[in-house]
Amino acid sequence: MLTKRIIACLDVAAGRVVKGVQFEQLRDAGDPAELAAAHSQAGADEVVLLDISATHEKRSTLVDTVRRTAKQLFIPFTVGGGIRSLEDAIAVFEAGADKISINSAAIADPFLITRIAERYGSQAVIVAIDAKRIKGEARFEAYVSGGRKPTDHDAIGWAREAEERGAGEILLTSMDRDGTGAGFDCELTCACSEAVRIPVIASGGGGDKQSFIDVFQNGRADAALAASIFHFGLHRLADLKQELRSAGIPVRWPC
Amino acid sequence: MIAVVDYRAGNLTSVKKALDHLCVDAIVTRDPAVVLQADKIILPGVGHFSATAVLEQTGLRTSILSRIKNGVPFLGICVGMQWMFESSAESPDTPGLGLFAGACGRFPQSVKSPHVGWNSLTCHEDSRLLREIPSGSFVYFTHSYSAPVVKATVARCEYGGEFSAAVEQDNLFGVQFHPEKSGALGLKLLENFCRL
Repeated sequence: MLTKRIIACLDVAAGRVVKGVQFEQLRDAGDPAELAAAHSQAGADEVVLLDISATHEKRSTLVDTVRRTAKQLFIPFTVGGGIRSLEDAIAVFEAGADKISINSAAIADPFLITRIAERYGSQAVIVAIDAKRIKGEARFEAYVSGGRKPTDHDAIGWAREAEERGAGEILLTSMDRDGTGAGFDCELTCACSEAVRIPVIASGGGGDKQSFIDVFQNGRADAALAASIFHFGLHRLADLKQELRSAGIPVRWPC
Repeated sequence: MIAVVDYRAGNLTSVKKALDHLCVDAIVTRDPAVVLQADKIILPGVGHFSATAVLEQTGLRTSILSRIKNGVPFLGICVGMQWMFESSAESPDTPGLGLFAGACGRFPQSVKSPHVGWNSLTCHEDSRLLREIPSGSFVYFTHSYSAPVVKATVARCEYGGEFSAAVEQDNLFGVQFHPEKSGALGLKLLENFCRL
Protein backbone atom coordinates (compact mmCIF):
# COMPACT_ATOMS: atom_id res chain seq x y z
CA MET A 1 0.00 0.00 0.00
CA LEU A 2 1.24 3.47 -0.87
CA THR A 3 2.27 5.15 2.37
CA LYS A 4 1.81 8.73 3.53
CA ARG A 5 5.11 10.58 3.52
CA ILE A 6 6.69 12.65 6.26
CA ILE A 7 9.02 15.14 4.63
CA ALA A 8 11.72 16.92 6.61
CA CYS A 9 12.41 20.50 5.60
CA LEU A 10 15.73 22.24 6.21
CA ASP A 11 15.82 26.01 5.85
CA VAL A 12 19.22 27.02 4.55
CA ALA A 13 20.88 30.42 4.30
CA ALA A 14 24.39 30.96 2.98
CA GLY A 15 25.15 27.26 3.16
CA ARG A 16 24.04 26.68 6.74
CA VAL A 17 20.82 25.36 8.21
CA VAL A 18 19.11 28.13 10.12
CA LYS A 19 16.39 28.22 12.64
CA GLY A 20 14.20 31.22 12.99
CA VAL A 21 10.94 32.31 14.40
CA GLN A 22 8.80 33.42 11.46
CA PHE A 23 11.89 34.13 9.37
CA GLU A 24 13.36 36.45 11.96
CA GLN A 25 16.17 36.09 14.48
CA LEU A 26 17.88 33.46 12.34
CA ARG A 27 20.30 31.27 14.25
CA ASP A 28 22.93 28.93 12.85
CA ALA A 29 21.79 25.38 13.44
CA GLY A 30 24.24 23.20 11.62
CA ASP A 31 25.52 21.67 8.45
CA PRO A 32 22.90 20.77 5.81
CA ALA A 33 24.64 17.57 4.69
CA GLU A 34 24.93 16.24 8.23
CA LEU A 35 21.40 17.20 9.20
CA ALA A 36 19.89 15.76 6.01
CA ALA A 37 21.65 12.44 6.66
CA ALA A 38 20.48 12.48 10.28
CA HIS A 39 16.89 13.02 9.18
CA SER A 40 17.14 10.17 6.72
CA GLN A 41 18.48 7.89 9.46
CA ALA A 42 15.69 8.96 11.78
CA GLY A 43 13.01 7.88 9.31
CA ALA A 44 12.17 10.91 7.19
CA ASP A 45 10.76 9.76 3.86
CA GLU A 46 12.19 12.70 1.94
CA VAL A 47 14.28 15.77 2.55
CA VAL A 48 13.54 19.26 1.27
CA LEU A 49 16.22 21.90 1.36
CA LEU A 50 14.80 25.37 1.15
CA ASP A 51 17.16 28.24 0.46
CA ILE A 52 15.94 31.30 2.29
CA SER A 53 19.02 33.45 1.67
CA ALA A 54 17.94 37.00 1.35
CA THR A 55 20.34 38.00 -1.40
CA HIS A 56 21.59 36.60 -4.65
CA GLU A 57 25.22 36.70 -3.46
CA LYS A 58 24.47 34.51 -0.50
CA ARG A 59 22.52 32.19 -2.74
CA SER A 60 25.54 31.42 -4.89
CA THR A 61 26.58 28.82 -2.32
CA LEU A 62 23.40 26.85 -2.97
CA VAL A 63 24.75 24.57 -5.69
CA ASP A 64 27.71 23.60 -3.54
CA THR A 65 25.42 22.94 -0.56
CA VAL A 66 23.17 20.76 -2.74
CA ARG A 67 26.14 18.77 -4.01
CA ARG A 68 27.48 18.11 -0.52
CA THR A 69 24.04 17.21 0.84
CA ALA A 70 23.12 14.91 -2.06
CA LYS A 71 26.36 12.96 -1.83
CA GLN A 72 25.36 10.90 1.21
CA LEU A 73 21.59 11.03 0.85
CA PHE A 74 19.81 8.00 -0.65
CA ILE A 75 16.21 9.09 -0.27
CA PRO A 76 14.38 11.65 -2.45
CA PHE A 77 15.86 15.10 -2.22
CA THR A 78 14.06 18.31 -3.23
CA VAL A 79 15.60 21.76 -3.50
CA GLY A 80 13.64 25.00 -3.50
CA GLY A 81 14.13 28.71 -3.04
CA GLY A 82 15.50 31.10 -5.60
CA ILE A 83 15.10 28.91 -8.69
CA ARG A 84 14.11 31.45 -11.34
CA SER A 85 14.98 29.83 -14.66
CA LEU A 86 15.61 26.54 -16.44
CA GLU A 87 19.33 27.25 -16.03
CA ASP A 88 18.98 27.59 -12.25
CA ALA A 89 17.07 24.31 -12.21
CA ILE A 90 19.65 22.51 -14.34
CA ALA A 91 22.44 23.59 -11.97
CA VAL A 92 20.56 22.23 -8.97
CA PHE A 93 19.66 18.94 -10.71
CA GLU A 94 23.23 18.45 -11.84
CA ALA A 95 24.36 18.96 -8.26
CA GLY A 96 22.18 16.01 -7.22
CA ALA A 97 18.63 17.19 -6.54
CA ASP A 98 15.86 14.78 -7.57
CA LYS A 99 13.15 17.40 -7.65
CA ILE A 100 13.00 21.16 -7.61
CA SER A 101 10.34 23.32 -6.07
CA ILE A 102 9.34 26.61 -7.68
CA ASN A 103 6.96 29.23 -6.38
CA SER A 104 7.28 32.92 -7.38
CA ALA A 105 9.05 32.05 -10.63
CA ALA A 106 6.18 29.77 -11.69
CA ILE A 107 3.63 32.53 -11.13
CA ALA A 108 5.78 35.03 -13.02
CA ASP A 109 6.37 32.61 -15.89
CA PRO A 110 4.04 29.57 -15.86
CA PHE A 111 5.82 28.18 -18.93
CA LEU A 112 8.81 27.52 -16.68
CA ILE A 113 6.89 24.57 -15.18
CA THR A 114 6.53 23.01 -18.62
CA ARG A 115 10.12 23.71 -19.65
CA ILE A 116 11.55 21.98 -16.59
CA ALA A 117 9.02 19.12 -16.82
CA GLU A 118 9.87 18.51 -20.47
CA ARG A 119 13.52 18.18 -19.63
CA TYR A 120 13.40 16.27 -16.32
CA GLY A 121 9.90 14.84 -16.24
CA SER A 122 6.88 15.99 -14.25
CA GLN A 123 7.95 13.91 -11.25
CA ALA A 124 10.87 16.30 -10.83
CA VAL A 125 8.78 19.48 -10.65
CA ILE A 126 7.01 20.58 -7.48
CA VAL A 127 5.01 23.78 -7.60
CA ALA A 128 4.93 25.41 -4.17
CA ILE A 129 1.92 27.53 -3.35
CA ASP A 130 1.70 29.84 -0.36
CA ALA A 131 -2.00 30.21 0.30
CA LYS A 132 -3.79 32.68 2.51
CA ARG A 133 -7.44 32.50 3.44
CA ILE A 134 -9.55 35.37 2.07
CA LYS A 135 -11.25 36.86 5.13
CA GLY A 136 -14.72 35.54 5.72
CA GLU A 137 -14.65 33.19 2.73
CA ALA A 138 -13.78 29.59 2.09
CA ARG A 139 -11.36 30.70 -0.62
CA PHE A 140 -7.62 31.10 -0.64
CA GLU A 141 -5.30 33.46 -2.48
CA ALA A 142 -1.80 32.51 -3.66
CA TYR A 143 1.03 34.76 -2.46
CA VAL A 144 4.61 35.07 -3.71
CA SER A 145 7.93 36.54 -2.56
CA GLY A 146 8.00 34.66 0.70
CA GLY A 147 4.37 35.45 1.39
CA ARG A 148 4.77 39.20 0.97
CA LYS A 149 2.92 39.74 -2.32
CA PRO A 150 -0.65 38.75 -3.15
CA THR A 151 -1.13 37.52 -6.72
CA ASP A 152 -4.88 37.58 -7.35
CA HIS A 153 -4.60 33.88 -8.19
CA ASP A 154 -7.06 31.58 -6.50
CA ALA A 155 -4.77 29.06 -4.82
CA ILE A 156 -6.82 26.02 -5.83
CA GLY A 157 -7.25 27.23 -9.40
CA TRP A 158 -3.54 27.86 -9.62
CA ALA A 159 -2.81 24.34 -8.35
CA ARG A 160 -5.00 22.97 -11.14
CA GLU A 161 -3.23 25.11 -13.72
CA ALA A 162 0.17 24.02 -12.41
CA GLU A 163 -0.89 20.40 -12.83
CA GLU A 164 -2.00 21.06 -16.41
CA ARG A 165 1.32 22.71 -17.17
CA GLY A 166 3.29 19.72 -15.98
CA ALA A 167 3.79 19.91 -12.21
CA GLY A 168 4.19 16.49 -10.59
CA GLU A 169 3.32 17.51 -7.03
CA ILE A 170 1.91 20.52 -5.18
CA LEU A 171 3.57 21.77 -1.99
CA LEU A 172 0.78 23.70 -0.33
CA THR A 173 1.60 25.99 2.58
CA SER A 174 -1.06 27.60 4.69
CA MET A 175 0.25 31.08 5.51
CA ASP A 176 -2.40 31.44 8.20
CA ARG A 177 -1.07 28.39 10.03
CA ASP A 178 2.63 28.61 9.20
CA GLY A 179 4.75 28.88 12.32
CA THR A 180 1.79 28.61 14.67
CA GLY A 181 1.93 24.87 15.39
CA ALA A 182 -1.87 25.05 15.56
CA GLY A 183 -2.34 22.25 13.03
CA PHE A 184 -2.45 22.09 9.26
CA ASP A 185 -5.30 23.80 7.42
CA CYS A 186 -7.26 20.66 6.55
CA GLU A 187 -9.95 22.57 4.65
CA LEU A 188 -7.36 24.12 2.33
CA THR A 189 -5.46 20.85 1.91
CA CYS A 190 -8.58 18.82 1.21
CA ALA A 191 -9.89 21.34 -1.34
CA CYS A 192 -6.60 21.20 -3.20
CA SER A 193 -6.23 17.42 -2.96
CA GLU A 194 -9.67 16.93 -4.44
CA ALA A 195 -9.09 19.47 -7.20
CA VAL A 196 -5.94 17.87 -8.64
CA ARG A 197 -4.88 14.35 -9.58
CA ILE A 198 -1.26 14.82 -8.49
CA PRO A 199 -0.01 14.37 -4.92
CA VAL A 200 -0.43 17.26 -2.48
CA ILE A 201 2.12 17.93 0.27
CA ALA A 202 0.61 19.80 3.21
CA SER A 203 2.75 22.39 4.95
CA GLY A 204 2.33 25.05 7.62
CA GLY A 205 0.96 24.51 11.08
CA GLY A 206 2.26 21.01 11.80
CA GLY A 207 2.50 20.63 15.55
CA ASP A 208 1.48 17.68 17.66
CA LYS A 209 0.93 14.16 16.39
CA GLN A 210 -2.80 14.67 16.12
CA SER A 211 -2.25 17.49 13.61
CA PHE A 212 -0.53 15.01 11.29
CA ILE A 213 -3.27 12.41 11.76
CA ASP A 214 -5.84 15.11 10.93
CA VAL A 215 -4.15 16.29 7.76
CA PHE A 216 -3.95 12.75 6.39
CA GLN A 217 -7.47 11.74 7.44
CA ASN A 218 -9.41 14.98 6.98
CA GLY A 219 -7.08 16.97 4.73
CA ARG A 220 -6.54 14.06 2.33
CA ALA A 221 -2.87 15.00 2.12
CA ASP A 222 -0.48 12.62 0.39
CA ALA A 223 2.47 13.90 2.37
CA ALA A 224 3.13 16.34 5.20
CA LEU A 225 6.09 18.62 5.49
CA ALA A 226 7.49 18.84 8.98
CA ALA A 227 9.52 21.92 9.69
CA SER A 228 13.13 21.47 10.60
CA ILE A 229 14.52 19.21 13.28
CA PHE A 230 14.14 21.99 15.82
CA HIS A 231 10.45 22.21 15.43
CA PHE A 232 10.32 18.48 15.29
CA GLY A 233 12.97 16.59 17.24
CA LEU A 234 14.65 13.69 15.50
CA HIS A 235 13.59 11.20 18.15
CA ARG A 236 10.01 12.36 17.70
CA LEU A 237 9.99 11.45 14.03
CA ALA A 238 9.88 7.73 14.87
CA ASP A 239 7.25 8.39 17.56
CA LEU A 240 5.16 10.27 15.04
CA LYS A 241 5.29 7.40 12.56
CA GLN A 242 4.32 4.94 15.30
CA GLU A 243 1.38 7.12 16.23
CA LEU A 244 0.22 7.43 12.61
CA ARG A 245 0.41 3.66 12.31
CA SER A 246 -1.72 3.18 15.39
CA ALA A 247 -4.28 5.52 13.85
CA GLY A 248 -4.45 3.25 10.80
CA ILE A 249 -2.52 5.58 8.49
CA PRO A 250 -0.07 3.68 6.27
CA VAL A 251 3.52 4.79 6.80
CA ARG A 252 6.90 3.39 5.87
CA TRP A 253 7.84 1.31 8.86
CA PRO A 254 10.38 0.21 9.91
CA CYS A 255 12.32 2.86 8.04
CA MET B 1 33.25 -1.92 -15.21
CA ILE B 2 29.55 -1.01 -15.08
CA ALA B 3 28.25 1.24 -17.82
CA VAL B 4 25.49 3.60 -16.69
CA VAL B 5 23.84 4.51 -19.97
CA ASP B 6 23.17 8.20 -20.47
CA TYR B 7 20.41 8.80 -22.96
CA ARG B 8 19.67 12.33 -21.85
CA ALA B 9 16.54 11.34 -19.95
CA GLY B 10 16.55 13.06 -16.62
CA ASN B 11 19.09 12.72 -13.95
CA LEU B 12 21.90 10.21 -13.74
CA THR B 13 23.74 11.74 -10.83
CA SER B 14 21.88 9.77 -8.20
CA VAL B 15 22.55 6.33 -9.69
CA LYS B 16 26.25 7.12 -10.14
CA LYS B 17 26.38 8.52 -6.61
CA ALA B 18 24.90 5.32 -5.16
CA LEU B 19 27.43 3.20 -7.09
CA ASP B 20 30.25 5.46 -5.86
CA HIS B 21 28.98 4.94 -2.33
CA LEU B 22 29.20 1.17 -2.88
CA CYS B 23 32.76 1.65 -4.22
CA VAL B 24 31.79 0.15 -7.58
CA ASP B 25 33.73 0.98 -10.73
CA ALA B 26 31.09 2.67 -12.88
CA ILE B 27 31.15 5.05 -15.79
CA VAL B 28 28.35 7.25 -17.10
CA THR B 29 28.47 7.03 -20.89
CA ARG B 30 26.54 7.69 -24.08
CA ASP B 31 29.18 5.97 -26.21
CA PRO B 32 28.04 2.65 -27.77
CA ALA B 33 31.68 1.50 -27.90
CA VAL B 34 32.05 1.90 -24.13
CA VAL B 35 28.82 -0.06 -23.58
CA LEU B 36 30.31 -2.88 -25.69
CA GLN B 37 33.19 -3.11 -23.18
CA ALA B 38 31.01 -3.16 -20.06
CA ASP B 39 30.75 -6.12 -17.67
CA LYS B 40 27.35 -4.92 -16.55
CA ILE B 41 24.92 -2.33 -17.85
CA ILE B 42 22.50 -0.10 -15.97
CA LEU B 43 19.86 1.84 -17.86
CA PRO B 44 18.40 4.43 -15.50
CA GLY B 45 15.66 6.74 -16.50
CA VAL B 46 13.07 9.07 -15.30
CA GLY B 47 10.93 11.02 -17.67
CA HIS B 48 9.13 10.16 -20.85
CA PHE B 49 9.13 6.79 -22.65
CA SER B 50 9.76 8.60 -25.94
CA ALA B 51 13.21 9.55 -24.63
CA THR B 52 14.28 5.95 -25.22
CA ALA B 53 14.12 6.69 -28.98
CA VAL B 54 17.56 8.25 -28.49
CA LEU B 55 18.91 4.77 -27.74
CA GLU B 56 17.95 3.67 -31.25
CA GLN B 57 19.25 6.80 -32.96
CA THR B 58 22.64 6.73 -31.25
CA GLY B 59 23.40 3.04 -31.73
CA LEU B 60 23.14 2.38 -28.00
CA ARG B 61 20.24 -0.03 -28.52
CA THR B 62 22.37 -2.24 -30.76
CA SER B 63 25.27 -2.22 -28.28
CA ILE B 64 22.98 -3.04 -25.36
CA LEU B 65 21.29 -5.92 -27.23
CA SER B 66 24.66 -7.30 -28.27
CA ARG B 67 25.93 -7.31 -24.67
CA ILE B 68 22.69 -8.82 -23.40
CA LYS B 69 23.09 -11.68 -25.95
CA ASN B 70 26.57 -12.27 -24.55
CA GLY B 71 25.08 -12.79 -21.11
CA VAL B 72 26.10 -9.48 -19.55
CA PRO B 73 23.80 -8.56 -16.63
CA PHE B 74 21.48 -5.71 -17.52
CA LEU B 75 19.45 -3.63 -15.06
CA GLY B 76 16.74 -1.25 -16.24
CA ILE B 77 15.43 1.27 -13.72
CA CYS B 78 12.00 2.96 -14.00
CA VAL B 79 11.58 3.92 -17.68
CA GLY B 80 14.66 1.74 -18.23
CA MET B 81 12.64 -1.26 -17.05
CA GLN B 82 9.57 -0.25 -19.06
CA TRP B 83 11.78 -0.16 -22.16
CA MET B 84 12.44 -3.91 -21.65
CA PHE B 85 8.76 -4.55 -22.47
CA GLU B 86 7.22 -4.29 -25.94
CA SER B 87 5.85 -0.75 -25.74
CA SER B 88 4.22 1.89 -23.59
CA ALA B 89 0.94 3.75 -23.93
CA GLU B 90 2.97 6.86 -23.05
CA SER B 91 4.52 6.81 -26.52
CA PRO B 92 2.91 4.11 -28.70
CA ASP B 93 5.19 4.82 -31.67
CA THR B 94 8.39 4.19 -29.70
CA PRO B 95 9.18 0.46 -29.63
CA GLY B 96 10.60 -1.14 -26.50
CA LEU B 97 13.15 -3.93 -26.53
CA GLY B 98 10.44 -6.59 -26.28
CA LEU B 99 12.47 -8.74 -23.89
CA PHE B 100 9.27 -9.24 -21.91
CA ALA B 101 5.79 -9.55 -23.38
CA GLY B 102 3.22 -6.84 -22.85
CA ALA B 103 2.80 -3.11 -22.94
CA CYS B 104 3.11 -0.54 -20.15
CA GLY B 105 -0.11 1.26 -19.37
CA ARG B 106 -1.40 4.26 -17.47
CA PHE B 107 -2.82 4.02 -13.95
CA PRO B 108 -6.62 3.91 -13.74
CA GLN B 109 -8.55 7.13 -13.00
CA SER B 110 -9.40 5.83 -9.54
CA VAL B 111 -5.93 6.66 -8.21
CA LYS B 112 -3.76 9.77 -8.32
CA SER B 113 -1.05 9.85 -10.92
CA PRO B 114 1.95 9.90 -10.79
CA HIS B 115 2.31 7.15 -8.19
CA VAL B 116 4.74 8.94 -5.89
CA GLY B 117 6.13 7.66 -2.64
CA TRP B 118 7.08 4.57 -0.68
CA ASN B 119 5.09 1.45 -1.46
CA SER B 120 5.56 -2.14 -0.35
CA LEU B 121 6.76 -5.09 -2.40
CA THR B 122 5.47 -8.63 -2.61
CA CYS B 123 8.59 -10.57 -3.51
CA HIS B 124 9.46 -13.99 -4.89
CA GLU B 125 11.90 -15.79 -2.66
CA ASP B 126 14.26 -17.05 -5.34
CA SER B 127 15.23 -13.69 -6.83
CA ARG B 128 18.96 -12.96 -6.99
CA LEU B 129 18.33 -9.24 -7.36
CA LEU B 130 16.14 -9.15 -4.23
CA ARG B 131 18.40 -11.27 -2.04
CA GLU B 132 17.88 -10.22 1.61
CA ILE B 133 15.07 -7.86 0.60
CA PRO B 134 11.98 -9.41 2.19
CA SER B 135 8.38 -9.11 1.11
CA GLY B 136 6.79 -6.07 2.70
CA SER B 137 9.88 -3.91 2.17
CA PHE B 138 9.17 -0.30 1.23
CA VAL B 139 10.81 1.27 -1.80
CA TYR B 140 10.43 4.63 -3.52
CA PHE B 141 8.35 4.92 -6.70
CA THR B 142 7.65 7.84 -8.97
CA HIS B 143 5.93 7.01 -12.28
CA SER B 144 2.72 7.48 -14.27
CA TYR B 145 2.91 4.26 -16.31
CA SER B 146 3.56 0.72 -15.19
CA ALA B 147 4.40 -2.69 -16.59
CA PRO B 148 2.07 -5.68 -16.33
CA VAL B 149 2.77 -8.68 -14.12
CA VAL B 150 4.50 -11.28 -16.32
CA LYS B 151 6.24 -14.63 -15.85
CA ALA B 152 9.52 -12.85 -15.11
CA THR B 153 7.96 -10.70 -12.36
CA VAL B 154 9.81 -11.24 -9.07
CA ALA B 155 8.20 -8.41 -7.11
CA ARG B 156 4.70 -7.05 -7.42
CA CYS B 157 3.27 -3.78 -6.14
CA GLU B 158 -0.31 -2.65 -5.67
CA TYR B 159 -1.56 0.74 -6.80
CA GLY B 160 -4.88 0.87 -8.63
CA GLY B 161 -4.20 -2.80 -9.44
CA GLU B 162 -1.08 -4.93 -9.45
CA PHE B 163 1.94 -4.17 -11.58
CA SER B 164 5.53 -5.39 -11.96
CA ALA B 165 7.83 -3.76 -9.43
CA ALA B 166 10.76 -5.99 -10.39
CA VAL B 167 11.45 -8.45 -13.18
CA GLU B 168 14.24 -10.98 -13.46
CA GLN B 169 15.09 -13.60 -16.05
CA ASP B 170 18.60 -14.98 -16.61
CA ASN B 171 20.82 -11.92 -17.06
CA LEU B 172 17.90 -9.50 -17.39
CA PHE B 173 16.78 -7.40 -14.43
CA GLY B 174 14.42 -4.48 -14.12
CA VAL B 175 12.95 -2.40 -11.31
CA GLN B 176 10.12 0.11 -11.56
CA PHE B 177 11.13 1.80 -8.31
CA HIS B 178 14.30 3.77 -7.64
CA PRO B 179 16.85 1.71 -5.70
CA GLU B 180 19.16 4.74 -5.61
CA LYS B 181 16.43 6.60 -3.68
CA SER B 182 15.15 3.75 -1.51
CA GLY B 183 17.51 4.08 1.41
CA ALA B 184 19.50 1.14 2.76
CA LEU B 185 17.32 -1.49 1.03
CA GLY B 186 17.79 0.16 -2.33
CA LEU B 187 21.55 0.22 -1.88
CA LYS B 188 21.35 -3.47 -0.98
CA LEU B 189 19.60 -4.20 -4.27
CA LEU B 190 22.24 -2.32 -6.25
CA GLU B 191 24.92 -4.20 -4.35
CA ASN B 192 23.21 -7.50 -5.23
CA PHE B 193 23.29 -6.52 -8.90
CA CYS B 194 26.91 -5.41 -8.77
CA ARG B 195 27.94 -8.71 -7.18
CA LEU B 196 26.28 -10.96 -9.77
